[in-house]
Amino acid sequence: MPTKQYGEKTVEIDADGHMANRADWDAHLAEVIACEEGIPHLTDRHWLIINFMRKEFEQKGDAPSIRRLTKESGVATKELYELFPKGPAKKAAKIAGLPKPQGCV
Amino acid sequence: MDNHEYEPIQKVSIIVSHGSLEGVYPGLIMANGARMEGIEATLFFTFFGLDAIIDKRMDKLKVATVGNPGMHMPTMIGMLPGMSAFATKMMSKEMEKLDIPPVREFVEMVSDAGCRLYACKASVDMFHLTKKDFCSQVEGIISVGKFYEISAGAQIIFT
Repeated sequence: MPTKQYGEKTVEIDADGHMANRADWDAHLAEVIACEEGIPHLTDRHWLIINFMRKEFEQKGDAPSIRRLTKESGVATKELYELFPKGPAKKAAKIAGLPKPQGCV
Repeated sequence: MDNHEYEPIQKVSIIVSHGSLEGVYPGLIMANGARMEGIEATLFFTFFGLDAIIDKRMDKLKVATVGNPGMHMPTMIGMLPGMSAFATKMMSKEMEKLDIPPVREFVEMVSDAGCRLYACKASVDMFHLTKKDFCSQVEGIISVGKFYEISAGAQIIFT
């Protein structure tokens, strides 16, 4: 499996470039991935989404896509796109150390 | 899948030309999916596709049970009163399970996601409609020429 260097840490990544092992993930790594994705600083609102995604993934085995994020996280679609420009569900999943969401909507 | 030798899609323009429920959803799903991937998206509603953005009609779209071989239903059965409403209810239920929202919510969602929505001028004139007849997410009524102008650099998808 390919690996990627984030700061001092080397992690295995999947075909989409997302982290392959959830155990490798920590809050510091999230900041480093976010920075690389064009989000220089993770705010409380970012963390609300990241934590929501991790919780959902643990319960359902798939990261929520945009509709479920909008409906259940309490953060509206518009703000989601402001927080994570160019694809909130995919970006937030990547930063949260989760695979890309499978859902279409 | 190795697609590294191709340029990723940057922008799409999606035309919605049908007003049945199954005619409207593919365009909405593709527009939303584009935004989810960070792809710029425009939706252009034409002919009966306008029903998806007409304020008074968008909550009442139905599945076509007649002339729709995909329903696997004899035409005479599809004609029975209430059949279309029944099929619509069943389909809506299944779609909700897949996180596919009702049309109005879907239109709001794609608009909030940054997709721009337009109505086709020729169709609007033909049906004697005005800007007031449309939901607030519709940015304008535009000609085909303007549509092509807006679609510069985009892949055009007809549904």
